[in-house]
Amino acid sequence: MQMPLPDSAVIARRGAVVARLRRAVGAGTVIDDPVEARAYECDALSVYRCPPLAVALPTTTAEVAAVLRVCHDERVPVVPRGAGTSLAGGSMPTADAVVLGLARLNAVLEVDYGDRLIRVQAGRTNLSVSGAVDDAGFFYAPDPSSQLACAIGGNIGMNSGGAHCLKYGVTTNNLLGATVVLIDGTVVELGGPMGEAPGLDLLGVICGSEGQLGVVTEATLRILPKPAGARPVLIGFDSSETAGACVAAIIRAGVLPVAIEFMDRPCIVATENFAHPGYPDCEALLIVEVEGTPPEIDEQLALIRDIALRFAPVEFRESKSEDESRRIWLGRKSAFGAMGQRGDYMCLDGTIPVSALPQVLRRIAEMSDAAGLPVANVFHAGDGNMHPLIIFDANRPGDLERVEALGADILRLCVEVGGCLTGEHGVGVEKRDLMGAQFSDTDMQAQMRVKDVFDPLWLLNAAKVFPLATSASRREGRRNAA
Amino acid sequence: MPPDDARAQVPASEKALADIMRGASGPLAVVGGGTRLLPGEGGGTRLSTAGLTGITLYEPAALTIVVRAGTPLAEVEAALAAEQQRLAFEPPAAPGSTIGGVAAANASGPRRVKDGAARDSLIGVTFVDGRGDIVRNGGRVMKNVTGYDLVKLMAGSRGTLGVLTEVAFKTQPVPPACATLSLSDLDPARAVAAMTAALTGPWDVTGAGVLPSGRTVLRVEGLAGSVAIRAETLAQRLAPFGTVEVQAGNADFTALRQMPGGLASLGTGAVWRIVCRPSQAAALVGALPGAVALDWGGALIWAQAPSDWMPPDLPAGAFAVRVHGAPARTVPAPGPAVQRLNDQMRAQFDPRGLFSGRP
Repeated sequence: MQMPLPDSAVIARRGAVVARLRRAVGAGTVIDDPVEARAYECDALSVYRCPPLAVALPTTTAEVAAVLRVCHDERVPVVPRGAGTSLAGGSMPTADAVVLGLARLNAVLEVDYGDRLIRVQAGRTNLSVSGAVDDAGFFYAPDPSSQLACAIGGNIGMNSGGAHCLKYGVTTNNLLGATVVLIDGTVVELGGPMGEAPGLDLLGVICGSEGQLGVVTEATLRILPKPAGARPVLIGFDSSETAGACVAAIIRAGVLPVAIEFMDRPCIVATENFAHPGYPDCEALLIVEVEGTPPEIDEQLALIRDIALRFAPVEFRESKSEDESRRIWLGRKSAFGAMGQRGDYMCLDGTIPVSALPQVLRRIAEMSDAAGLPVANVFHAGDGNMHPLIIFDANRPGDLERVEALGADILRLCVEVGGCLTGEHGVGVEKRDLMGAQFSDTDMQAQMRVKDVFDPLWLLNAAKVFPLATSASRREGRRNAA
Repeated sequence: MPPDDARAQVPASEKALADIMRGASGPLAVVGGGTRLLPGEGGGTRLSTAGLTGITLYEPAALTIVVRAGTPLAEVEAALAAEQQRLAFEPPAAPGSTIGGVAAANASGPRRVKDGAARDSLIGVTFVDGRGDIVRNGGRVMKNVTGYDLVKLMAGSRGTLGVLTEVAFKTQPVPPACATLSLSDLDPARAVAAMTAALTGPWDVTGAGVLPSGRTVLRVEGLAGSVAIRAETLAQRLAPFGTVEVQAGNADFTALRQMPGGLASLGTGAVWRIVCRPSQAAALVGALPGAVALDWGGALIWAQAPSDWMPPDLPAGAFAVRVHGAPARTVPAPGPAVQRLNDQMRAQFDPRGLFSGRP
């Protein structure tokens, strides 16, 4: 992975920039000590690291605006950061950039149960949004697996999903409004209490723009009343393709479960050894969860059982208690930890049409054999968002390159069958150079024109999302103008 | 000003449309079925999508349909109905409405309160922008964060950034059962309170509105047994508000879906569309001069008014658009920074200012 050479003129002015930031927002808000700043040198894609120029941790929208005004004035690049849990390098700094961290912006500003919304500062963690409304019987639906740590601002930047988006949608479907600070320090309110506003849907394009258009400091989010209850079933199959076909049949039948999760044998074996959930010995399994009151759950599960039995499952295990439900989910929830025990892994995030699941699973198995690298599959099958995990040994010379090549081939396959490179993790630096597989140059030019509107100097998180060659003239234009 | 039909352009392909755009010099009014034009909107030469029709791909098992923009909405809905599916957001429809117009207007009916607006079901677009570039964004899968989400930017952009040529929507299975609960003669505050009670409980309400007749209606959908249970327990919850009638079916929501037509036909004058918080709705309704309908649990108000009537000061976040009977008007106007972003976005996608767009 390549990054552009940092702007040496900016690095040379480091002392002056830091002093100006301190005058603007106070000494306690700015970190320039190299040891302390090192904590911000990477995100959850930790193979790529770079200490930043400095770090600013503002506590108000006004302070965020002040930091951005200074950086804009000084032509200093800015890398916004929520909690730093990006799997795509979305908040990885560059040596000439100020990291603008949202961690201290974590307050709940307003809760209105009647209007079904909550307004929070953008550094608040995803799970603590639900936590703030839990006692009243509400929740915030998007639930990325990093939800204990990840920040709402980062969720908005990446348009994060989660296990339950089959029923509840992703971040953009649950985001009603936002306070956004533009690169020149201008503060705008976008969206509204119903997610509607006159004019263009600017909030819609900010969501998922990977911190390249502005910095979200406050968000109004839809909260929902909690369902009366939920219950999973576990269905085991003698082949991955049969499991994939069963997913399509369940969706086709019109029962829309809240989640359909998929695991294949390598993943089942690893989680069984790791967390002992008591999964059946089979090639693939589905966890299907439905919601409602007990009789409503029974009605849905009866339908799912009828469908599943047509695919001759090796096991159909219906939870009869809280404890059994917990055990069914235990393996799925510990899958990534379990795979981590087996070795290093690279997690992909392509999405495919659900109808292509059997075909794609077969092709991935063939590609894995040909490359001599094991691939385990654990993913949100209901919406086609796959997470193939390629297992390797990072200490063996050449393995990382082979893994990256296989990963790229699998993602190209996802695009070929009508899908996309990334369903919920974002492009970041990780998939930046594959964008050409999905988009023409014209398509990317249109996207970059949106950035030209919001960030004409290309100061915000600029070396991400678009292939470096594609964005070069815009990024370099800034330097030449400076 | 209505579109100029004498020199109407009806390209038969994306490429022909791109050629037209590159050679165009005068104002163009992008028109699908022309059923969603606001009064005063769309001056200039008519640029019609009537030559871009047909369902490109429909995979019921993947809950996905891809359609050329000029395809009549009725044709799309018939194809979906044949597979027991539908568009979740229940777009208002008039004879001639096209699927491209639905996307360009972000047209969303009663089920928006539960399943989101058109923009939430729209998962991919192809459009020709004012430069004559053919741009694809999104795709045909429902989880996709690859690159910027221009799908949202195009949804509701009303032909001001480009001409939609193809749209992909997520579809929804039609549940086997549906029940409508109704209450009569609630004052606005009680009606909103009843709807809020329903929407803040575990009933998965898929519609909540007040018809011009004053009837408050609530809808539950799903498997038959589940609908029966939820209709019964929701009726118990609503009993303090008055007599609750429970009926099978959807008829009241078909009427609500046809706003503002349903109000416009009641008399002369204008119709305003007001979006607000449900908790603000009752006070707003009290200040309205004519017949009223509510949708989305009170977050959407349709208001009949004299042609020269202007809304009172609206609470923060609320806005009103005059959609019928007099030139379209939006209050309050967006702030200067948001207006500048809108203008600059249009300048990027339509640098020669070809799309006549909003009045």
